[in-house]
Amino acid sequence: MSKFSKKKSGELPPVSTASLPDIVFMLLFFFMTVTVMKDSSLKVENVLPNANEVKKLEKKDRVIYIYVGKPTQEYQKVFGTEPKIQLNDKFANPSEVGDYILAERAKKSQELQNVLTTALKVDKNANMGLISDIKLELRKVNALKVNYTTYEGDAFRNIQ
Amino acid sequence: MARRAGAPEVNAGSMADIAFLLLIFFLVTTTIETDAGLDRMLPPIEPPEDIDVVIKQKNIFQVNINKNGQLLADEELIDLKQLRTKAMAFLDNGGDGTCTYCKGKRNAESSDNPSKAIISLKNDRETKYGTYITVQNELVGAYNDLRNREAQRLFGRDFTEMEAEYLNPETPQAIKDDLKDKVKKIQDLFPQKLSEAETSSAN
Repeated sequence: MSKFSKKKSGELPPVSTASLPDIVFMLLFFFMTVTVMKDSSLKVENVLPNANEVKKLEKKDRVIYIYVGKPTQEYQKVFGTEPKIQLNDKFANPSEVGDYILAERAKKSQELQNVLTTALKVDKNANMGLISDIKLELRKVNALKVNYTTYEGDAFRNIQ
Repeated sequence: MARRAGAPEVNAGSMADIAFLLLIFFLVTTTIETDAGLDRMLPPIEPPEDIDVVIKQKNIFQVNINKNGQLLADEELIDLKQLRTKAMAFLDNGGDGTCTYCKGKRNAESSDNPSKAIISLKNDRETKYGTYITVQNELVGAYNDLRNREAQRLFGRDFTEMEAEYLNPETPQAIKDDLKDKVKKIQDLFPQKLSEAETSSAN
């Protein structure tokens, strides 16, 4: 029996994949530096309204988030379909907002405690009543700087 | 038997797989967008002192939103699209002639001076949040349009652009100091006086 036939000398050598890990690591580092970790998963529907006179919310470490909206499908059986407030990972009543803000504020470092912004991420179909309750609670704990988070777009699309 | 020449080479073939795994993990758990929105200051819960501030009726521009999203501005039912021009006309009026940069009609029935003009916003508990944001956006837009006009006249560039550069943490300190005075000056020409009354319940 003959030995394996000898390779023809004209055949192309296989492409070297030795640099593939480097390329992927480069991508990895890119994503690690430009992104931030998601801190909580949304339990409410959160279609933000549009506005065009917006300001960017810089410095994520100075922001406290409050989500408001209708509970998503899986929570509707328990919590109903009326808009609810979500603080961190759980639903809350308006009366709990103040305590939440104080707790979050206490977690931040001393020099940031006076420059915190509260970002209200509210679904565009929520009613103003709930928002007013939240605003009243925020005023009680002296968290006066708020940001109504919106998408950038034509504001008149909100009212259709 | 042949001697080994040093340790054998570690197979790095699976390195790519490991790196891909990490990459996918970061792609899934992170978000890339920065948030943007309308900045507002809430009024303190108690007024600092109980002094009766007398504000002339003509210096207040009253905006009411009802639960159906209809708009009442200065006792007149108007369309949302007209709000910005209405608000600008009110702010820019300069009724008593003390405002040298105003280009309004100088209507004696409307506001005296931009520094005295107050926009008061009132909404119903059942107003949709989307409508509220649109109204807020238009009112902020009215201020921004007027401030842009003055910034163009004085410094040859838009106020919103200057403010964004001033707030950007990457702007060098020297430019920031320069911008700070300019931004402050424009803000003083048209100070944002937007008061929000307590919401009314239905009926």
